[in-house]
Amino acid sequence: MPSVMLRRNEEGTLLFYVAKKDLEETIVSVETDTEDAWGGTVELSDGSKYFIEPISPPPAFPTTLRFNRV
Amino acid sequence: MSTMTKQETEALIQEVLEVYPEKARKDRAKHLTANDQSLEKSSKCITSNRKSLPGVMTIRGCAYAGSRGVVWGPVKDMIHISHGPVGCGQYSRAGRRNYYVGTTGVNTFTTMNFTSDFQERDIVFGGDKKLDKIIDEIEMLFPLNKGITVQSECPIGLIGDDIEAVSKKKAQDLDKTIVPVRCEGFRGVSQSLGHHIANDAIRDWVFSRAEGKEFESTPYDVTVIGDYNIGGDAWSSRILLEEMGLRVIAQWSGDGTLAEMENTPKAKLNLLHCYRSMNYISRHMEEKYGIPWMEYNFFGPTKIEEALRKIAERFDDKIKEGAERVIAKYKPEWQAVVAKYRPRLEGKRVMLYVGGLRPRHIIGAYEDLGMEVVGTGYEFGHNDDYDRTIKEMGDATLIYDDVTGYEFEEFVKKVKPDLIGSGIKEKYIFQKMGIPFRQMHSWDYSGPYHGYDGFAIFARDMDMTLNNPCWDSITPPWKKSGSAMSVAAE
Repeated sequence: MPSVMLRRNEEGTLLFYVAKKDLEETIVSVETDTEDAWGGTVELSDGSKYFIEPISPPPAFPTTLRFNRV
Repeated sequence: MSTMTKQETEALIQEVLEVYPEKARKDRAKHLTANDQSLEKSSKCITSNRKSLPGVMTIRGCAYAGSRGVVWGPVKDMIHISHGPVGCGQYSRAGRRNYYVGTTGVNTFTTMNFTSDFQERDIVFGGDKKLDKIIDEIEMLFPLNKGITVQSECPIGLIGDDIEAVSKKKAQDLDKTIVPVRCEGFRGVSQSLGHHIANDAIRDWVFSRAEGKEFESTPYDVTVIGDYNIGGDAWSSRILLEEMGLRVIAQWSGDGTLAEMENTPKAKLNLLHCYRSMNYISRHMEEKYGIPWMEYNFFGPTKIEEALRKIAERFDDKIKEGAERVIAKYKPEWQAVVAKYRPRLEGKRVMLYVGGLRPRHIIGAYEDLGMEVVGTGYEFGHNDDYDRTIKEMGDATLIYDDVTGYEFEEFVKKVKPDLIGSGIKEKYIFQKMGIPFRQMHSWDYSGPYHGYDGFAIFARDMDMTLNNPCWDSITPPWKKSGSAMSVAAE
């Protein structure tokens, strides 16, 4: 269950940052990304996948959330 | 521009690795690579932030060095206790030349060494009582200190002292900020974890106390983060920002104060110079206080211009005009510097091996002088540092992570650079090999190198080193073939 900091980069895409793992990748796709929920399976640019229960209402970025590895 | 092809560079790496036993060779091979600009992610070509191999010479420091020496040390109006045996504090005292304004020993303390000087009995019975006593002594002798940090050395973690409890108690008694930092040297693989621990200590012990303090802010408040004012670096950066109309409310941590740190969450934008050592706190401030941060590079006129425009874009037209004004004002100045030194330095090749931000940031300054960086590497960089380096370096140039003494020497023998920029431990080896060398950790006792003013000094220093007549005297006269002397002897 890594603790992940999510923030937007200069282009506005979401970055997925795990300090302990030195991992900083952009998020390619999010399963649920609507006006009233955000979450589900998240795919990163390096191909790895993480899961979070959809959060409603969607969180304000930047924020830190706990993800599970898929 | 590079003189080596990718195959040649890779062959060189293989050749250098040959002497290692198989296991070590496999491990070290992951840390050496030929640059490939087409890659987006460095994780595909280089491994970093791993434990150094036992038995090879590494140039890394420890977590204590990262916290006491780099992040906390330059905070000038706080007293930093090197908690543990005396050596760690004494041998790291004032070595980084973090300049500051103030009266040392009265209201500023950066170049002083405070230590609890652990003896055997403190290891056996614990050092908490001693720490308590030292803090009282400090209060009596140096009443103008604004706060105290307790920088743990290895034994503190080993014997399990509770420095947090002592700090909490004393902070209450004295009504001061007292920060316990768990930066024992054995933590992590290099000084890099020390930076992280120090950043977390600021988050937990400085920001929490600062909440609710009054501050009059303006829309143009920025901070300079990750500039340690080595030889006056932060000052020559700060004046550019102020000239373009911004207000610098904090310097982290060169010539910085506790009050400045406490004010930082009120800034509009955090400007981050050394990404490696202070990205953690910048990320925290972005999340908790909503302050955006951006990296910038103040080495060499090309990069300064880029950085000033990028910073100005975050503000209104007034600042944008200010940036253009600053750029125009300094243009004749740096053009004169380039005109003077470029002909003397054109085409020279440089190899770098330093830490933090320099292996990538300085490249632009060398290029402005017509020089080429043919090899670079970080002592304690992570993959995100290498991500940022790939695009700065030419194709097929050497990149080495946590390079060992042996590898570095061999690379230099083969690549034959005209100048090397690295630390004091490498300096005399390479000078004896007859290669011009600059100590690029603290600018070889010169500086500043940031900003336009710094660029003039940088260019002068590089010329002074490279074109020094002493390099012709490295070979003794009797070894010079066909010299007048040997002719006379015959």
